[in-house]
Amino acid sequence: MKKRRINPSRRARSRLAVFLILTGLMILVSLLAPLPCPNDPNATSSAAMNRPPCAQFPLGTDRYGRCVCSRVLMGARTSIFSAVALVGVTFAVGTALGMLSGWYGGAIDALVMRLADVMLAFPQMVLAIAVAGILGGGMGNAMLAMGITGWTLYARLARAQVLSLKEEPYVHAARLSGLGALRILTGTLLPNMLGPLLVSAATQIGVMMIGIAGLSFLGIGVAEPQAEWGSMINASRAYMQLAPWAVLAPSAATILTVMVFNCLGDCVRDVLDVGVGE
Amino acid sequence: MGRAIAGRLIHLIWIMIAVSFLTFLLMYIAPGDAAAKKLNAQGIAVSEEILEQTRASMGLDRPFFVQYGDWALRALRGDLGSSYKDGFPVAEKLLKALGRTAVLTLSSLALALLIAIPFALLSALKRDSAVDNITRLFSFIGNSLPNFLISVLLMYFLSVRLRLLPLTAGESAKSLVMPCLALSIPICGRFIRQFRAELLEELGKPYVSGAILRGVKRRFVLKSVLHNAAIPMLTVVGLSVGTLMGGSVVIETIFRWPGLGKLAMDAITNRDYPVIQGFVLFTSTVYVVINLLIDICYRWIDPRLRKAGGDA
Repeated sequence: MKKRRINPSRRARSRLAVFLILTGLMILVSLLAPLPCPNDPNATSSAAMNRPPCAQFPLGTDRYGRCVCSRVLMGARTSIFSAVALVGVTFAVGTALGMLSGWYGGAIDALVMRLADVMLAFPQMVLAIAVAGILGGGMGNAMLAMGITGWTLYARLARAQVLSLKEEPYVHAARLSGLGALRILTGTLLPNMLGPLLVSAATQIGVMMIGIAGLSFLGIGVAEPQAEWGSMINASRAYMQLAPWAVLAPSAATILTVMVFNCLGDCVRDVLDVGVGE
Repeated sequence: MGRAIAGRLIHLIWIMIAVSFLTFLLMYIAPGDAAAKKLNAQGIAVSEEILEQTRASMGLDRPFFVQYGDWALRALRGDLGSSYKDGFPVAEKLLKALGRTAVLTLSSLALALLIAIPFALLSALKRDSAVDNITRLFSFIGNSLPNFLISVLLMYFLSVRLRLLPLTAGESAKSLVMPCLALSIPICGRFIRQFRAELLEELGKPYVSGAILRGVKRRFVLKSVLHNAAIPMLTVVGLSVGTLMGGSVVIETIFRWPGLGKLAMDAITNRDYPVIQGFVLFTSTVYVVINLLIDICYRWIDPRLRKAGGDA
């Protein structure tokens, strides 16, 4: 366990600011997706199949003559939105369950923690592939498949935090002043334990992004014609010799995005500098 | 020590019961009628009469818990049912594919460790040097690369462009190169990052500076540092086994490597439920058992845990 640094260095803070702005921009582009596209991402054209990059199609066209650049931008929406939303939901559910089980103990605690143990007995991607494969494709099912084990991380962390903070004088004070359990949990405890939880959440965005893209790549995640990087790479790889740009563009987009989000995770950790391991 | 391990084993049995229940439940709630799936997979035209017969012969008309109990007891005896597609016993299919997956995952794990341990050590000892910065950069990039992407890029550059390696799996050792690289690069990146962090933490402890100040040879100090950092490093390796298993499904599918992962993906495409079920149950069992073994290793490495008999 590293010691909590009281005054995080300014360098770490400014790096965090840079990556917050970068990720913010990426999320903005993904939300605006249809606007910055040079062409209609779903318009096919038999006259412009497998075209190399040119003025009209900045990143070329794929096997159906669709604009790769526009599809990569539309794919940003799917990939970034799904990963961020998934981390948000698993974070909220996991934290809530973990806090309740740490606070009340007893049967709730046993139930939640045993459930987490069982979920952790499955290798995450193996279970995700099985769940997504059985439920069939679609973004919702892919997110469910990844989230089914994802919440356990936050639940365990939140429970441990509540257990260690529960006997602090200020929590006793809040109790004595007559605050209800819900008020204490959300108002008193949550702000004091958010650090390690946020670090985990920030590092998980990249992991979830890779996971969902992997499912889509296998054909059991987001399905055509909806643009998604993993499925674009998979669909275009058979035409790799003819149209390498159709594979390379979504690949580059995936690598860049995951790296930027992972950098953000590292920066959050450096600034909060909480020893939660990696 | 014996009691602690016995406790672990009992815990493991509970976990496996729950895992098997969830695995069974997953197939039970799967959309569509299992009898129709079986007939479809065999290419038999479905009529109401045949459907009834198949349902009865598969035992689908029985209550849920009876079906689960029957399935679980058979699984315990090593009978995982038979494939809808070709009627072969699932256990036999899994065992046949296991060898190829073991070759792929173990060689990838070995490669990742072989690269990660020396670089993490170098990086931690020469903190903030050029070597450290370069190692950190590469491990960061490796950690951010999805394995399917590495596969596609390797295929494009090494097979399509340079024509150095075969595109798909064959018998030659050459065909192992790309799948192994694709599987080990992200894991290697993660190993270097986490090993480095663990080593730095250990190096920062007072006993290290104390020993160096007393003039103890660095070689001996390093030995204790490695010994003490072994447990957290082993934990990292244990967790990566799950990543390897999930990753092998992707990699085997891409390279047509005839292992467990490809078997599972084919089963998903064919809606061959018993095979998917068997695969999930089998990999989870292996995963849980490996982590139990690692847990036992902790006690072997650290005598304090043996005496306390507590959790590692």
